[in-house]
Order: sequence, then structure tokens, then C-alpha cells
Amino acid sequence: MTAAPALTRRSQAAAPKARRSIGSALARGEGRGAWLFLAPFGLFYIAFLLGPAVWMLISSFFNTSTVRTGLGSFAGFSNYAEMLTRADFWSAMWHTLQFTLYTVPPLVIIAFVFAILTNRVRRGQWFFRLAFFLPYILPSATISLIWLFIFTPGSGLWATAQGWVGITAGSGVLADPKTAMIGIAIATVWWTLGFNFVLYLAGLQEIPRELYEAAAVDGASNWEQIRYITLPLLNRTTTLVILLQIIASLKIFDQVYLMTSGGPGISTQVALGLVTNTGFTDNRLGAASAASVLLLIVIVAIAVIRQLIERAAERKAA
Amino acid sequence: MAITDAPRRPKSPISGAAPAPRPTGARVGTSGKTFGIVSAIVLTVFAIIWLIPSLFALKTSLSDNGVAALGAPEILKNWNPTLHSYASLFQAGDIWNWYLASGITSVITAALTVLFASMAAFALSRLKFRGSNLALLAILFGIMIPTQVLIIPIFQELGAVNLLNTYWSVIFPQVPAAIAVFIFKQFFDGIPRELEEAARIDGAGLWKVYWSVIMPLSRPVVAAVVILTFVGVWNNLLLPLFVLSNPNLMTIPVGLATVQGSFGQRYADIQAGALLAALPLIILYLAFQRQIVEGVTGSGLKG
Repeated sequence: MTAAPALTRRSQAAAPKARRSIGSALARGEGRGAWLFLAPFGLFYIAFLLGPAVWMLISSFFNTSTVRTGLGSFAGFSNYAEMLTRADFWSAMWHTLQFTLYTVPPLVIIAFVFAILTNRVRRGQWFFRLAFFLPYILPSATISLIWLFIFTPGSGLWATAQGWVGITAGSGVLADPKTAMIGIAIATVWWTLGFNFVLYLAGLQEIPRELYEAAAVDGASNWEQIRYITLPLLNRTTTLVILLQIIASLKIFDQVYLMTSGGPGISTQVALGLVTNTGFTDNRLGAASAASVLLLIVIVAIAVIRQLIERAAERKAA
Repeated sequence: MAITDAPRRPKSPISGAAPAPRPTGARVGTSGKTFGIVSAIVLTVFAIIWLIPSLFALKTSLSDNGVAALGAPEILKNWNPTLHSYASLFQAGDIWNWYLASGITSVITAALTVLFASMAAFALSRLKFRGSNLALLAILFGIMIPTQVLIIPIFQELGAVNLLNTYWSVIFPQVPAAIAVFIFKQFFDGIPRELEEAARIDGAGLWKVYWSVIMPLSRPVVAAVVILTFVGVWNNLLLPLFVLSNPNLMTIPVGLATVQGSFGQRYADIQAGALLAALPLIILYLAFQRQIVEGVTGSGLKG
């Protein structure tokens, strides 16, 4: 009982000093504290990002397989040599590039035009945002099933619409090796355009209205305003959109898997489809890892280029 | 440079003739108005085109399977809406399991990502420690690595620790989203330090500063990361497709993709399933439109 008041008295007396020492203790203990704050994320980062990346690199040099545990026998560069000489590897790479070439220009240009027009419209912006952006948040499974049905040969909505404008529908967009990738590209443009659209809208809204007003007072036409104000000021957004789009296109898997499973034949097989087929269907994890590493190198190279461009732009701005 | 040129070029004739500005201004005004109207018309046409696929799927899902099998002209002509496809999907029952799997994995991943990423961002934004540059570099590296490409080693790893065919196999690999750390760090960097210094002088520990000072100020960014993670996990196909093979545990996109073949000609049922997979996200979008769009732009511009 007597200890209690004594304790309070002592802590009261020591309060200012204690506070100061807590402060400095915090400063000293910050290092440990910081690592404790980093630890949970760091653990997941190592276990499910860095670790797998390193393991993938290692197993690409081994004959790893799903039927045995462990790495399997050492293979040297043979997985890479095999991949780089396999015709279907290069065809998958070509189809990935083809998909990129089909989707990036429309995704950039149409999104830009829609954003410019939407920015000019005073009323009903919410409706255009809804119409163009909503598909972007739908699952790939939903959009694939919707477009698969639209592309039904003969009686689907696409074939019917072709009939209205007098085009005879052939064997079906996705069934013909020549057009299957175009069909996937159309579905993808419809699906992901909203992402670029909102990026451009955000970029447009940062351009001060006074610039346009000043230009209008000086007699610049609408076209001139777009040409000399909007386009140059959206340069940074365009670079960003193009690079993000290229990276996203290189990772394409879902739509192809769900709409054509790489077919007809291997006419739409893409890089990630080849990786999962080699790994999970052929059970050859080592070879699949080698293909993944090659794909990863391409993607990281583009991401690094993006960083360099960003840095250069920032330095120019500063 | 082109910006400064543009207004100046047409300027000289105007400044030459003193009374000119007013009529010119008026002309620009009307042409601006015409441009606005033309923009609205063109946009409306395209917006309708953009809505057609979803509306056609909705119309198909409300048709009879027999009508849907006859093709697009019949579906469009036939005005006899029925909820039969939705009812039969809910009765069959699989979809409840898929909703459960998608809901559980999306919510837990979003919660863990927000907690762990914000803690890491707090350390990177506020604390001085040896190795902070290395940690930051690791985050930037993590943003560049596309996790899809790691599907093979992640599958091997989950197999080695016996986590395949559990919800954790979908949750764990999606927690370390480096972009979330980056988004949080950017936001924290903008919070003035005076607020937490006051708390620290009062003897608050690091956790208290993080939890009671920083996090309550960060509600908008927490909302953005929660929504984006939720949507990302809900929509993910690649990871759950390969780590889940038990139909009872499948997430909704994987479940749909798997049974799609067995539906055969039941096109109305397939479209109903496709829309049911998207329904929670459509509701989420209508409820949090602003946060979602801002989150997407924020992560896009920075990531």
C-alpha cells in the first residue's frame, strides 16, 4: 500500500527526464522498429516474389519435373537452347507480339480521342465514364464468355451484324486461324480501353482551362488547341500508357486461354500459354522456367526503359 | 515549346486590327459550341456501341436456353424475359461455393495487403534505418516483376508446403503487392510530420504513431488499395486456375471456365453465369465509382 504513492511520486518527478529518454530511445531503437514494420511484408515478398524468381532462375538450369520432387538433374543451358530453337516458342513469341501490335495502337488512340471528346462535353460525363470504364473492372472470364458468344459462327451477334452490312460471315472469327487473334484483340480493346481512358481524362483535367481560353481569345481553332496545347501536354501520359500497355500485352493469358485455348492449332498460342502448357501439361518445369525467364527478361527490360524515360522527363522538368 | 507558339501565331492579325477581338471571340464561341455538340453525338454513338456487348449478354441471360441457341436474331426479336437461367444456376449450387471462395480470398488478401503494405510504407517513409535504400530498391524491383510469370515456381512452392487446393494458395502469393507499398509511401510522404512529433513527445511508440496518427489520416488511400486489391483478386484467373483443382474451392472465374464446356448449348445459362461473376464488382463500382477511378489512375500513373 505504501509503495503506491511512492511510485507515483517518483514517476512524477522523473517524468520530464523519462520523456526525453523515451524520445532518444525511440530514435536509437528506430532501426529495429523499422525492420519489425517491414518484416510481415518482407516475409511475403521473399516467400512469394523474390524467392520464386530466384528458384525459377535456378530450376531453368535443371531438368525439373512435376513428377519428381527436387530440382532433378543438372541441364546447363540445354533448356534455353531447346526453347530458343523450338518453332512453337518463336511462334508463341510472334503471337504475343502480334497481339501487342493489334491492341496497343487502338487502345492508345481511341482512348485519347474518347477522353478529349468527353472532356469537352459539359453534361453527362458520368454516362461516358460508365460506358467506357465499366468493362475494365469485369473479370476476364466474364468478358471472354460474352465475346465467345458474340463470335459464335453463323448465328452470333458479330456474324449477324456482318450480315446487316452485307459481309458474308465466314467460318467464324475465332475459328479461322487468320482472324482468331483479331477477335481476341477486339475483345481486349473493348475490355481494357477504360483504363487508358481514365488515365487520359486525369491528364486532361490537369491542363489549366485558362490555356484554352487564352488560345480561343487569340483565335486558335479547336483543332489547333488540341494540336498545340493538349497533345504536347499529354506527352508524358502517352508514353506511360504505351509502355504500360506493352507490358500488359506481353503478359496476355486469360483471354486466349478462355476464348481459343491457343487455337485453332497453335495460331493464337502466346508466351504465357506456352509456359503453362510446358509446365503443367508436359510436366517439364525446368523448360517452362527457362521460357518464363526469357519472358521475364523482356518485360523487365521494358519496365527499366520506362523508368529511364520517367527519370529523364523528371530531370527535364526540374 | 509548341504551346507558347500556338496562341501567338494567330495573334498578330488580331492585334493589328483593334476592333477584331470581339467578333473573333464570338465566332470561336459558336464553333466551340458546335464542337461540343458534335463531340457529344459521336461519343454517345460510341458509348452505345461500348454498352452493346454487356446488354446483349444481359438480354441473352434473360432468354430461354432454347431461344438463345437459335442465335442473335432470335434473341433480339424474342421479348419474353425469364429469370430461369439465374434460378437454375443458384439451384445447381456450385455458384454459392464459388462466390464464397472468391469472397473469402478477395477479402483476406485485401486486408493482409493493406496492413502489411502500409506498415512497410510507414517504415520507408518515416524511419531512419540502415538498409532503407536497399528495401526501397526491393520494392521498386517488385513493382517491375510480373507475378504471372512466376506461376511455375509459385506452383512448385505451394505444392512443397502442401498448400495446393486451399484458399491460402490463392491468398498468399497475392499479398506482396509492391505497388501497394509504393502508393502508401507516396501518401505518407505527404502527411506533415508535426502531427506525429506531438504524439511522440507524449511518449507514443512507433506502433501507436502508425496506428493512431498515420492510418486514420490515410482513409482515402486505404479505401483505394482495398478496392483495387479486392477487384484484382476477384478477377484473377491464372493463379487459382492452376492451384485449385477441387471444384468446391474454385473461385468464380475458374469455376465458370471449368464448367463452361459441360453447359453445351445452354447459352443463356452461360451468359447468366458470366454476369453473376461480375455482379459484385458492378455493385462495388456503382458504390465506389470515384475511389475506383482515382485508385486506378493513381496506381497507373505511379506504378
